Amino acid sequence: MANGILVFIEHADGKINRASYEAVRAAQLIGAQTGQEVSAIIFGEGIGDLVAEVAAKKIKTVYTVENKWLRSYTADGYTHALRQIIEQLQPALVLMTHTYEVRDFAPKLAASLKRALLGDNISYKIEEGNLIFARQIFQGKLAADVVPVGDAPHFVSFQIGSFRGDECETGQAEVKALTVNLDADVIRQHPEERFKEARAAVDLTQASLIVSVGRGIKEQKNIEIVKKLADALGAELSASRPICDNEWLPMDRQIGSSGQTVAPKLYLAVGISGAIQHLVGMKGSRTIVAINKDPEAPIFEIADYGIVGDLFEIVPALTAEAEKLKQ
Amino acid sequence: MKIIVCLKQVPKNDSILRINEQGNWIQDRDLTYEINESDAYGLEAALQLKEKHGGEVIALSLGPPRVQTVIKEALARGADRGLHLEDTVFDGLDAFGIASVIAAAAKAEGFDLLLTGLQSDDYGFAQTGVIAAELLGLPHATIVMDVESKEGTIRVKRELESGFFQWVSMPAPAVLTIQSGINTLRYATLKGIMAAKKKEIKKLDAAAVGVDQASLAPKMAFRRVYLPQKSKQTQFIEGTPAEIASKLMDKLKNEARVF
Repeated sequence: MANGILVFIEHADGKINRASYEAVRAAQLIGAQTGQEVSAIIFGEGIGDLVAEVAAKKIKTVYTVENKWLRSYTADGYTHALRQIIEQLQPALVLMTHTYEVRDFAPKLAASLKRALLGDNISYKIEEGNLIFARQIFQGKLAADVVPVGDAPHFVSFQIGSFRGDECETGQAEVKALTVNLDADVIRQHPEERFKEARAAVDLTQASLIVSVGRGIKEQKNIEIVKKLADALGAELSASRPICDNEWLPMDRQIGSSGQTVAPKLYLAVGISGAIQHLVGMKGSRTIVAINKDPEAPIFEIADYGIVGDLFEIVPALTAEAEKLKQ
Repeated sequence: MKIIVCLKQVPKNDSILRINEQGNWIQDRDLTYEINESDAYGLEAALQLKEKHGGEVIALSLGPPRVQTVIKEALARGADRGLHLEDTVFDGLDAFGIASVIAAAAKAEGFDLLLTGLQSDDYGFAQTGVIAAELLGLPHATIVMDVESKEGTIRVKRELESGFFQWVSMPAPAVLTIQSGINTLRYATLKGIMAAKKKEIKKLDAAAVGVDQASLAPKMAFRRVYLPQKSKQTQFIEGTPAEIASKLMDKLKNEARVF
């Protein structure tokens, strides 16, 4: 009989991905409410320190698999290994944070067991003893409650930022080593070294005021008016992905899942609709202002102050006001 | 090189969405549609690979008759032929079901590369390509920025988090999910549109695809669709631009105390 919650822990460059602790926190909360024990699984080679770090959380057992074929992440290696672990441990629920790595292998893992991955959820609730998950659809314009259909194990991932990893309860977990069967034949992906394209010249994570520009700016030359506002406020200028894809601003000014994650005192979003990938990079900001012509834009879901209107009229007016304030 | 590219038709990005009476999806009347954004980049990647290596690009779409519009658009941009997977049993399938149908059709067709966008703009599951790879027993890579092909090996540049990238190689045939913005989309030319009229669009229903009906059984369900609950109470500021500017600056200074 399937029982318990198994949390997948991710790491790179000798560090636990902080986002994995968000899944641990979610598991602690769900486990407490449903009377299920929480355990965690971590793969790699020479990962003793990482295991010890995870074992300091309130978790019953940290399972660890040391195997040379798991030294570097591959979708095939991780899928085969985690499937074997699930078959050994028979968890009811496998919880993950919806990182790029999880997106890469978790749908394959779930499919190999003829299950769905309920991916990218933002919250959960329990109704009549059943777990129901909430996720965004239509890029955050609507939300949906989803449930797994069929027998356990069920596979669920939560969007980055849905739970507070720093609120994990601490404890002392037992550590158990498990083994899996892997060989060169099953791992078809051959990864090379990870690298960064452009050296991040701008560290936006330290900025206390950020003005950010999105697709609503329409043309590269129009960015100037947003830059003027940033200068008047003494703020850093950043952008959503489409702006950097178009090379209207350099990649190192991109906010979002593929760019930098920031939490300034003020985040002023100009012409940014608020796709999920952008929101995860800035929703921790203390005060969020959004200027957008579409009153339904998802950015308003998380904005403290909203201005529905034409940015080409509002931004210059704000710049003038900011200049006044400086004097 | 034979490339199948999957194109999903989704409501236009700026559509006003209304929830249906059952409260489990949107009303689909009065909507206008377009090619799912990242799928359009998948098509462009396929066309560029064909220009470099020769071969054939097949545009595949699953859905009601209206999805022929995206297949025709792909043919006009340079795809060689179309595959339209249409059957009422395909309505409302989850990611596993859709991937099962696509995998069966792709297997029957044969290919070197199967491309999808990295996620759809409606469901946003980001799973169809990966599940199809598993069902086909093939290697895959997700969030692909660049594709190289050499002597049966596919080498792709993957996007990782926090500004990292990684090249990964794997044997063909393989399944790749393509990131938006990796290339410059071409438009259909008048010549392309004329040429597309002569190109074949093959229609396949569930029986013709040969998909195992059991694999279409739902593995997840939408209970309810609703407007997002606000995590914050947004204060909307109204007035002329000058009034808005003055009110906002005042609030930022005296209420939010950011200055």
